[in-house]
Amino acid sequence: MSVDLAGWSCPLPLRDHTRIVLGHGGGGKLTQELVEHLFLPAFRTDLPSPLGELGDSAVFELPGGAPRLAFSTDTYVVRPLFFPGGSIGDLAVNGTINDVAMSGAVPVALSAGFVLEEGLELGVLGRVAEEMGSAARLAGVPIATGDTKVVESGKADGLYVTTAGFGLIPDGVRVAPGRAAPGDVVIVSGDIGVHGIAVLSVREGLEFGTAIETDSAPLHGLVQAMLAAGNDPAETVHTLRDPTRGGVAATLTEIARAAKAGIEIAESALPVPDAVRGACSFLGLDPLDIANEGKLVAFVPAAAADAVLEAMQAHQHGRRATVIGRVVDEHAGIVVARTPYGATRVIDVPLGEALPRIC
Amino acid sequence: MKFLDEFRDPDIAAGLFDEIARVTTSDRGRPWAIMEVCGGQTHSIIRSGIDQLLPGTIELIHGPGCPVCVTPIGIIDKALAIAALPGVIFCSFGDMLRVPGSRDDLFRIRSEGGDVRVVYSPLDAVNLAVEHPDRQVVFFAIGFETTAPANAMAVFLAAQRGLTNFSVLVSHVLVPPAIEAIVTSPTSRVDGFLAAGHVCSVMGTHQYGPLVDAYRVPIVVTGFEPLDVLDGIRRTVVQLEEGRAELENAYPRVVSDAGNLSAQQLLTDVFETCDRHWRGIGEIPSSGWRLSDEYRAFDAEARFGVERVDAAESALCRSGEVLQGLIKPHECAAFGVECTPRTPLGATMVSNEGACAAYFQYRRLGPEPVPVGIS
Repeated sequence: MSVDLAGWSCPLPLRDHTRIVLGHGGGGKLTQELVEHLFLPAFRTDLPSPLGELGDSAVFELPGGAPRLAFSTDTYVVRPLFFPGGSIGDLAVNGTINDVAMSGAVPVALSAGFVLEEGLELGVLGRVAEEMGSAARLAGVPIATGDTKVVESGKADGLYVTTAGFGLIPDGVRVAPGRAAPGDVVIVSGDIGVHGIAVLSVREGLEFGTAIETDSAPLHGLVQAMLAAGNDPAETVHTLRDPTRGGVAATLTEIARAAKAGIEIAESALPVPDAVRGACSFLGLDPLDIANEGKLVAFVPAAAADAVLEAMQAHQHGRRATVIGRVVDEHAGIVVARTPYGATRVIDVPLGEALPRIC
Repeated sequence: MKFLDEFRDPDIAAGLFDEIARVTTSDRGRPWAIMEVCGGQTHSIIRSGIDQLLPGTIELIHGPGCPVCVTPIGIIDKALAIAALPGVIFCSFGDMLRVPGSRDDLFRIRSEGGDVRVVYSPLDAVNLAVEHPDRQVVFFAIGFETTAPANAMAVFLAAQRGLTNFSVLVSHVLVPPAIEAIVTSPTSRVDGFLAAGHVCSVMGTHQYGPLVDAYRVPIVVTGFEPLDVLDGIRRTVVQLEEGRAELENAYPRVVSDAGNLSAQQLLTDVFETCDRHWRGIGEIPSSGWRLSDEYRAFDAEARFGVERVDAAESALCRSGEVLQGLIKPHECAAFGVECTPRTPLGATMVSNEGACAAYFQYRRLGPEPVPVGIS
């Protein structure tokens, strides 16, 4: 290969946007640039802070030999508020639990902040709150504190929810984006693209018939089962991430960059349900770019792969877990898919919003 | 899954690759140059890697059939001017939003307060006009013969409902004149064409017979799944090797010879043929549609007085040569440097169907397969 890989992407500052565009929230390159060029410099501090590590949650060493703390927050602006199989409520609970769980932590408690639009029906808020409560009870992670603000009519889309959560990382667990290493096996915990297609199917102007429901689920139980599959948890699971916005493509690309290694996946090994494939075909979308809520991608040392896979398949949220690829020495920072025909293609992060094709 | 799996089967694909290699001679001094006309075919080829797996005796040339890519920059600037007006709801298919005009794109107009909405059907725009009688609703009616019937139907319905707050910014383009322009160009290397299956599902196949006869060039109407594309290539090569030039339909599950007659009737009523500027290529005579006299009242250009808006292309961008199949995307000096999907200089870097975007997305490691296997 004679191509200079380092020269390909141009992570220049936000030079050609003077205002926020929707793509800045899409989880793709524009979001990455916003974080790297605006937030990180502004939040710079001399205090010890894991901010720059950009994991799903920040991991803190506490004094006095206490367990390490994982801390994360996420904001939910999903539209519509209710969709097949779920709502903004259970997303807000499970999403933050999963962000905490992806550092190997056992979640302890959540907070919930609400921005409510004047005129919102109390029944709607009540339903969202009920679903948050029941998701929290199901996960065994209490919502322990909260806050409410109301803005004028027209200033918000019904309601927005922000949750934060923290958890404790068991001794010996070392799960981080940079630990994925050549030789690791890449495992996905089940069917991909399900949540994004479920939400799209009821979005205004795009209603299409589908039998699929969101896969939203708390994954900390699955994570602990995976970590317990080997003798040494540090060499049982190297890296975990839940492929939400930006889908599996964004997750793999971020891990490849963080680990400074290449990732190779077999397209034919990807578990894509028929309903997702069909919807993606007619919308011109790639299942790899579609958001998931109750799935994780794991990077596991080859020696532990069989045991971890077995543990996943024995867990209710990992029954369809399967190997999709591996980490390689070649093409560091780049994800390559082998097509079913034996050719290869590069997998990239979507720029911003996924744009359905014209025809 | 029905209608997907059977047209993506790797074993059948392997058989077709073998067959193509078997029927292709290698002693001509140069490869057969086959142009897939439609951007959807380009996307399928690059995504599945068909171009990597064909014998060296066949070269695929990516054609001008991406509706986003060929919409002229002047029309984009008109769209931006209209979308920025107060009181306007500007509706477009999603992938037009990031296409650069001479300065801005529709995303930026939206971030500056313009009411720009992504719709999935032009009929949604008609409904918006009904729901917002106090606003002017404009639909960006671009694309080939494929998108034209739904756009024509939107105008027809707006007329039937007597809507005075609905209009369309039209920049429709037609495939047969583009094929003729390419085949008569002195720089063209194209030996055969894969015609765009979905265009033919509307218009039928009869427009292509005269081109085959006049220019002695094989044209094979081809679908979009990997096996469709491979079968189109196989049939084209067989014709070339046998010295034949015929019109073939390799997509009969969708395309009939006559096409969709009711769609054609609607198109004839709502549109009339006009000369059209193609972005990166230039003016092609009788290659577009504009509103007919009967429906001229729905013309957004006249309604908002933007007829005179015009603009120039980036001097660095060579998308015109890409669209004409003269160079491959990575042969442009700006490719991946000044020009990325993040900072597109030309529309071919924007749409999923654009050849430059497809190369950037899937081919950044070079044109060859990556020589490592998954065990």
